[in-house]
Amino acid sequence: MEGTDSVVHAKGVVRVYGEGDTAVRALHGVDVEIESGQLTAVMGPSGSGKSTLMHILAGLDRPTSGSVTIDGIEITTLGDDALTKLRRQHIGFIFQFFNLLPMLSARDNILLPLTIAGEKADPEFFDTLVERVGLADRLAHRPAELSGGQQQRVAIARALVSRPTVVFADEPTGNLDSRTSGEILDLMRSSVETYGQTTVMVTHDAKAAAMADRVLYLADGEIVKETGRSSQHEILQIIDTLDLQ
Amino acid sequence: MIRFALQGLLARKLRTALTAIGIVLGVSLISGTYVLTDSISSAFDSIFSQNYKNTDAAITGKSAFDLSDDGTQQAPPFQADLLQKVRDLPEVGAAGGAVNGEAQLIGKDGKAIVFGGAPNLGFSVDPSLPQFNSLTLVKGGWPGAGEVVIDTKTAAEKGFQAGDTIGVQARGAVRPMRVSGLVSFGAVSSIGGATLAGFDLGTAQRLFDKTGKLDQILISAKKGVDRPQLLAAVQKVLPPATQVRSAEDQAAEDAAGTSEFLSFLQTFLLVFGGIALFVGSFVIANSLSITIAQRTREFATLRTLGAARKQILGTVVLEALVTGIVSAVAGLFLGLAIATGLFKLFDAIGFTLPNNGLVFRTRTVVVALIVGVVVTVLASLRPAMRATRVPPIAAVREGAALPPGRFHKYRSAGAVAVAVVGIGTILAGLFVDGLATRTLLILLGLGVLLLFVGIAAFSARLVRPMAAVSDPVARWSVVVLTAIAWPFILLPLWLIRRLFGRPAEFPGVLPDGPAVTLGGQNSRRDPRRTASTAAALMIGLALVTLVATLGAGIIKPFEDAVDKISSSDYALTAQNNFSPLPPTVAAAAAKIPSVTELTSVRAGQARAFDKTISVTAIDETAPKLLRFDWRSGSQASLSELAANGAIVDSGYADEHSLVLGSTFQLQTVTGKLLQLTVRGIFKPPAGGSPFGNVTISTGTFDSTTTQPQNIYSFLNIEGGVTPANTATLNAALASFPNAKAVTIEQFKDNQTDGIKSLLNVLYVLLALSVLVSLFGIVNTLVLTVFERTRELGMLRAIGLTRGQVKRMIRQESVMTALIGAVIGIVLGLVLASLLAARLDEISFTVPVGQLVAFAVVSVVVGIVAAIWPARRAAKLDPLEALQYE
Ligand SMILES: Nc1ncnc2c1ncn2[C@@H]1O[C@H](COP(=O)(O)OP(=O)(O)O)[C@@H](O)[C@H]1O
Ligand SMILES: [Mg+2]
Repeated sequence: MEGTDSVVHAKGVVRVYGEGDTAVRALHGVDVEIESGQLTAVMGPSGSGKSTLMHILAGLDRPTSGSVTIDGIEITTLGDDALTKLRRQHIGFIFQFFNLLPMLSARDNILLPLTIAGEKADPEFFDTLVERVGLADRLAHRPAELSGGQQQRVAIARALVSRPTVVFADEPTGNLDSRTSGEILDLMRSSVETYGQTTVMVTHDAKAAAMADRVLYLADGEIVKETGRSSQHEILQIIDTLDLQ
Repeated sequence: MIRFALQGLLARKLRTALTAIGIVLGVSLISGTYVLTDSISSAFDSIFSQNYKNTDAAITGKSAFDLSDDGTQQAPPFQADLLQKVRDLPEVGAAGGAVNGEAQLIGKDGKAIVFGGAPNLGFSVDPSLPQFNSLTLVKGGWPGAGEVVIDTKTAAEKGFQAGDTIGVQARGAVRPMRVSGLVSFGAVSSIGGATLAGFDLGTAQRLFDKTGKLDQILISAKKGVDRPQLLAAVQKVLPPATQVRSAEDQAAEDAAGTSEFLSFLQTFLLVFGGIALFVGSFVIANSLSITIAQRTREFATLRTLGAARKQILGTVVLEALVTGIVSAVAGLFLGLAIATGLFKLFDAIGFTLPNNGLVFRTRTVVVALIVGVVVTVLASLRPAMRATRVPPIAAVREGAALPPGRFHKYRSAGAVAVAVVGIGTILAGLFVDGLATRTLLILLGLGVLLLFVGIAAFSARLVRPMAAVSDPVARWSVVVLTAIAWPFILLPLWLIRRLFGRPAEFPGVLPDGPAVTLGGQNSRRDPRRTASTAAALMIGLALVTLVATLGAGIIKPFEDAVDKISSSDYALTAQNNFSPLPPTVAAAAAKIPSVTELTSVRAGQARAFDKTISVTAIDETAPKLLRFDWRSGSQASLSELAANGAIVDSGYADEHSLVLGSTFQLQTVTGKLLQLTVRGIFKPPAGGSPFGNVTISTGTFDSTTTQPQNIYSFLNIEGGVTPANTATLNAALASFPNAKAVTIEQFKDNQTDGIKSLLNVLYVLLALSVLVSLFGIVNTLVLTVFERTRELGMLRAIGLTRGQVKRMIRQESVMTALIGAVIGIVLGLVLASLLAARLDEISFTVPVGQLVAFAVVSVVVGIVAAIWPARRAAKLDPLEALQYE
């Protein structure tokens, strides 16, 4: 798929939760392309459908209608086994609540995707990755012995270790204080720069979105605007004009 | 992934250990059973091979047919002159003759020495032929004429030493004899509690009424003569009614009875190990389900990281596998303790089993490990399947519900179907004619298993309606039990705490409204969880109820049977209530002038229609004291027995188409053929008949049997049952220390003693299953406390005290236990009624008192199970708990 620069295509994605009177239309026909090697931020107020969109792009959830491809593979119709294979090869996740396994050390947590896939880590890559996320002296610790910021660093390393086609992050700083948030955002930015890691980050924080190469604005289940790299100030202004508070 | 599974287990050590307890206990009972039976069997082997250690061949008397092994009858002895003929054979190196019989030793208190139901072995010893002597002299010397050697255990326990005088009774009255020495039996300290008495040959022959006769000749071959040559040579000089066997064959023959008994005992105990494991598998499946529900997010995260369903399944099953291996190993070694405990248990009910040291065989290890691991893994399969259904999105979405499994819709219907098939299998086992006992037992076992599984699966539906009833019952039964325990346990505990300066709420008795109400609601929250927790207890209680009901159903008809048959004042029996007594005992009682009527029932074996059957014999007084339920004939038939009359029971008559006046042939032990004419046919009472299939006259019996014995004598005495009469009777029996006179009421009690002891053994064995289910409740509660940590923190934050938290959890526990108990008791009654409907010997009798006791025990189980989880919950710090994630 060299040549085309986008790795994730979504077309006409609709997601309706529930049925009948209680049905909620979370997404109304969203079209998105995620460019390779870029950090794309998805902005929008709470309840606008950011998480829903991300889950569908990442193959965690199926759209009610529409199509999604990752690396040219249509994922909305894949069976469980194929989806599992897709996740191993193409997808990394960073969660708001870290989702580390409490009984494993930081090292084992980071290596988990490779362990699951039955692969061996490239020791050089692993060492530089650990160095980069600043966990070199914390590898033997369990998550409970780490601070929130450190836990999210473990999660980032875990998402990067298998060098997936695209990393999805849902509010990665949503559970951290502002100083730690800054560090984590820098880390994500640098992974895009160093490794050319394609990343999709859901956030409602303008400061986070200002780190992105591209910002998509979501309101009531529709993409209402798209900008390139913008400052925090510009983003806040757009939100204001679009009335996205 | 393997590391991941193992680290997961380690991280949940406590939860894993709780899960495993059921398997540990189940496996320990299985391994304990093998250790026990292997130990007994090796002890018996050494006893039997010791008997023939230097023997090549053995001659014994031969009865006309194979006698059953209950030891009520011995093969007839043969003429002693055979010994000389054997010795004269050129192939024979040495030969020794011996007699044996029952020899009762009398303690210094004048009472017969008996250890439980163990036999009192008497035999001749010949120190001049040490190669045939299996006894080791520990102290003193071998017996001369009129002397006796006794075993060291009896000597030690009853305070006898070499040189003392001891009373010995065999066929005649008690004789005082000098104890010339103390002996042991090879290396075995005790042969199942039997007492040993050895005499010189002449004394033994006189004691056992076998003057000029022998029971056995032991032969060793001359050097260079091989076994077949020896056997052939001996065969040539054998008179009729004797036989020669090689030493191995003879040892195997002697051991036949015990190995049959051992294999029965083994199967019997293994069944209980199986039950405990079955209950344990419920506990495992339940704990795993709960743990897996709590680990939803973990599994979902693994899925997002690329784990396939198979890998999730693998992780859970691997965890179960490791748990299974560890618990099976623990159970294996705990089995050694269980074996020791079982030896003690049987000892306590007067059934001493020989023990030469515990035997731990490879088979025990293999079976215990395999069973433990297989059961654990099987129990984990369903929860593991559930884990695979956790969708990846659950990693990010709180409370994402598991998609229902493919068969979810059919769950209730399926449960009912399984239960119905179970009942059907039970009914087929019970009511289809002509099934082999083995098939029948397998059908029953399988049916009960299916029934339990079906009811357990269905009972989730019963939880809500039953909770409505068990809520107040639990509330008030806890109040009553607390009130009872208050002065003895609660108050002292509180005082001790205060004494050590620890804060403690003053223990109250009355129910705590809000806390108890919350507890009651909690038990309805997840009906499936409550139901599967209760199911473990249900199984235990169903079986206990079944046993109690069948026990009551056996004892009651037996007592009715005695009432129907005899209205006499007293009965004469052996001290152990079942050993036969020589006729001289009844004769001594008959001499008392005030005894108006006395009749004795003789018992033995004979052969008719090509089968060995039990025969009894009655005398002329029988019509006055024994009543028969006649189908044909009448009480008058009893006096018409004469030389060739017989009465038969109705079942036997039907089987062989006998009617009044039919004739048939009966062969007695001595080989004599009797042509008998049916004079009466009676219906044996439901509770068990004291009479054999065929009853003949005492005269005929005595003239065709060597050494006839009575099993019961019944008598009437002027004045009926009075302390004075009891004293008079016992005085008359003074020279027969093994005999006692009991009132007919005592007689009924004594005869059911065996059943009652058996019931107690069953209760102890089933208690293990109840224990497993208690741990199951503990387990669920602890896991629930983990799960509700935040909620508990919230409750504490809004003002629930520690004590209230405890009471809330206790209420949930007791309600769960009560639900299990009620379903179990009902199920037990249903099963018992089915069995009672099938078996004539059992009438369906509800043992109300016992059932109430079981319900109370269940409440106690609930209270005990809640103690530890409640403490954990109460210890939670409200603030920390609220932050718990
Ligand atoms: N599992 C669900 N069931 C029903 N409605 C849902 C579910 N998840 C999200 N929604 C609804 O869909 C809309 C979009 O939600 P979400 O994608 O979580 O928004 P955001 O992440 O932007 O806050 C909201 O109205 C929300 O209530
Ligand atoms: Mg969201």
